[in-house]
Amino acid sequence: MILAVTSAFLGALLAPLVYRWLGQLAGWGLALLPLGLTVYFASLLPTVVAGETVRHSAAWVPTLSVNFSFYLDGLSLLFALLITGIGTFIVIYTGGYLKGHPDLGRFYMTILLFMASMLGLVLADNIVTLFVMWELTSLTSYLLIGFNHTEFRSRRAATQALFVTAGGGLALLAGLVLLAGMGGSWEISELLAKGEVLRAHPWYLGALVLVLVGAFTKSAQFPFHFWLPNAMEAPTPVSAYLHSATMVKAGVYLLARLQPALGGTEVWSSTLMAFGLATLLTGATLTFRHTDLKRLLAYSTVAALGALVFAIGLVPLTSYYGAVGFATFLLAHSLYKGGLFMAAGAVDHEAGTRDINQLSGLFRVMPITGVAVGLSALSLAGLPPVLGFIGKEVLYLAALQAAPAWIIGLAVLGFAVGATLALILTVPFFRGQPPTGVHEGPPSLWLGPVVLAGLGLLVGLFPGLYNPLADAVASAVKGAPTSYHLKLWPGFNPALLLSLLTVAVGVGLYFVYPRLQAWMAQDPLPGPENAYVALLRGLLRLAARLEQTLQSGSLRAYLVWVFAGLSGLVGLALWRGGPFRWPGETSALSPAQLVLVALMLLGGLLVLRLRSHLAMVVVAGIVGAGVALLFLLQNAPDLSITQFLVETLTAILIALVLLQIRNIGEVPRGRWLDKLVALLFGGLVTVLMLGMLSEPIELHLTQFFAEKSLPEGFGRNIVNVILVDFRGLDTFGEITVVGLAGLGVYALLKRLRREEKP
Amino acid sequence: MNTLILKTTSRFLFTLLLLLSVFLLLRGHNEPGGGFIGALVAVGAYALFALAHGLTAARKLLPLPPLRLVGWGLLVALLSALVAFFLNKPLMTGVWFSLLGVKVGTPVIFDIGVYLTVFGALLSAIFGLEETADRTPEEAP
Repeated sequence: MILAVTSAFLGALLAPLVYRWLGQLAGWGLALLPLGLTVYFASLLPTVVAGETVRHSAAWVPTLSVNFSFYLDGLSLLFALLITGIGTFIVIYTGGYLKGHPDLGRFYMTILLFMASMLGLVLADNIVTLFVMWELTSLTSYLLIGFNHTEFRSRRAATQALFVTAGGGLALLAGLVLLAGMGGSWEISELLAKGEVLRAHPWYLGALVLVLVGAFTKSAQFPFHFWLPNAMEAPTPVSAYLHSATMVKAGVYLLARLQPALGGTEVWSSTLMAFGLATLLTGATLTFRHTDLKRLLAYSTVAALGALVFAIGLVPLTSYYGAVGFATFLLAHSLYKGGLFMAAGAVDHEAGTRDINQLSGLFRVMPITGVAVGLSALSLAGLPPVLGFIGKEVLYLAALQAAPAWIIGLAVLGFAVGATLALILTVPFFRGQPPTGVHEGPPSLWLGPVVLAGLGLLVGLFPGLYNPLADAVASAVKGAPTSYHLKLWPGFNPALLLSLLTVAVGVGLYFVYPRLQAWMAQDPLPGPENAYVALLRGLLRLAARLEQTLQSGSLRAYLVWVFAGLSGLVGLALWRGGPFRWPGETSALSPAQLVLVALMLLGGLLVLRLRSHLAMVVVAGIVGAGVALLFLLQNAPDLSITQFLVETLTAILIALVLLQIRNIGEVPRGRWLDKLVALLFGGLVTVLMLGMLSEPIELHLTQFFAEKSLPEGFGRNIVNVILVDFRGLDTFGEITVVGLAGLGVYALLKRLRREEKP
Repeated sequence: MNTLILKTTSRFLFTLLLLLSVFLLLRGHNEPGGGFIGALVAVGAYALFALAHGLTAARKLLPLPPLRLVGWGLLVALLSALVAFFLNKPLMTGVWFSLLGVKVGTPVIFDIGVYLTVFGALLSAIFGLEETADRTPEEAP
């Protein structure tokens, strides 16, 4: 299993190369990776269905209990199969949809990276691994949404998605760390067994809220739902993938995963049901504002996510309907939503528009896509004989068992919009004249929708096929063995009546849709997105204010502030450190040292008298060179060489910078404040050094390094062994900073040159 | 700058300084030296050459653009740190082996990464500044 996740990441990194070798066929070639993973996970089905779980673990940072541990039960297996299975068709679809795009190689890499992170997320058992994967999905989806990075709208949608989901990720991190602290374990599988302890813990509420914020932002729950429809700026394969199987389901997955540990309290069920229902209704209502296929589908995704969260809230309140309903509706939604998105993209690709008012008679020219859309729409509407019908039935049974009548009424309203949308989507295929010149797309474009819709039909007709896995998923969500016999035809029961009512309301709404749409689309509605925009704007304004106040642009002023501030702090520390003590014994200066010190003093004084900037830099070098020679006399050749080199290069750099500044003129006379600050700072540092000498020197570390350097680091140069071996990680951080600084300088200079050009 | 002496000597100095920088890099583990110092010497060599012969000539003597070197340097350092990880030891444990009779270890490879990164980053700054300076020579003080 570790190998499966690793191979997904490696495959993603190799994707651009594969694209270079295979060109147009890369989509089919690369699809072998998710396909192979699907087969692998399918081979684990018998084990998981038998009620066993699989767990693999590799140490990552064992001292911090961070492990690469993966855990497979019904829930993670269903997600893994969806991610890899739908991923297979998405990759194939990409090959047809983005044919010839100059950045296709990059796209393959990012979408496979996304798949790999998502796979790692649903399989992760360790909390840190889970969180790392969680953030990776946020990052990769940011890259995917902003794939058309030359468009302002894509960039804005991408940053919005990133801000919302990564902001929620921060809350999630805090929540997960709290959970680990409460349960005394970093492995989720162990935490699940400690539900009693967790729920009775005084931190329970805090941890719950934090985890919920993380899950709600990721799964686009009200009031964070707005980023999802905006993310429609992404190329269609991304929308299909993000909104069917993955990303947005990550939050749902996490809630379902933690249900046995955190669920079962009043606050859990009521919060999830409230937010789920609010999201369902928000998504359903806003659907009516749009005519763009992708936007319509996006809002219906928001609604479906609300329904799933609602279902998780029902799990502890119901015998088994909640858990089974969740398991069934999840699969149904992934299948029909993935198929519908891909079909919408195919229509856009072939007919050139996604506006349902401009599409007509498509069935005659795109029959294969038409069949796929029809079947998926049946599932969306919740009609027999497809899986969507069964999923919704069981959810209604769950609601009937545990929810009050008014909540059921609202849920029916929310689901009814699904039926309306199904009509809105299918009517353009059958009504009116077919457009000229439009034809069926290549197999890569219709294969995915057809297979996914076909699966929905197959499982709908023979629910026994899915029943064992559904039971395994339900058991994982419920936290106790659960089984239920899925049937296509459950006989006449209250749920069937609700279904009939849903369809009737849905059809009714369809007839008012055109008028409703025209009315609702008139002006932008106020919503939580306004708060997001206001927050960002406020932040930028605050930054501008601060910048105007603090960044005057004069380097001299900055230096005065920095050194005056530093002097203040050092002075304060000295003052609070108690009475000053002179060092007891100091060795006398040797003649060579005396000469050097005299030279340095002379150099320092000379700098004060000079009027040319360039000459000042050179003369200041005397002081630096003097220090370097002093190091040499003290048997510190390493320090000495470094000091010399840094001194030289600094002089070169400053000289080059000075050349940039035109009309710099001479150093102005006077400037007594500058001189005062310099004197103050120099004096304080001297006092500080003298004070340090009066303390006994701690030789602990020196001795350690001197002893271990040769036997353990195999080097006689202690300084170097410390740098590259003992404290290698620090050095790595430092060179990363050096590299970034280099990049920054490059970017700034480039900008400077561009500004000068006109 | 257009002085014959600088132009002639800089050719020899450039080679010598580069040799010195590699020497410093490789001896660093046992004697004074190391990747950081070695890189500084190499930057000095290139800065000198650029001063005497112009930026284009100096750039031609680079195998890769400076910022690319930064990337390679970081990659080399990272890979050297990962070797231990794949041998099931904690990240960045020094791994030593013998290559054609020469003792080689991941810390030395790491130091080469440091060398490349520091060299690339500093050189990118110096070249960049010199390039902008070259445009407006008459206005310089």
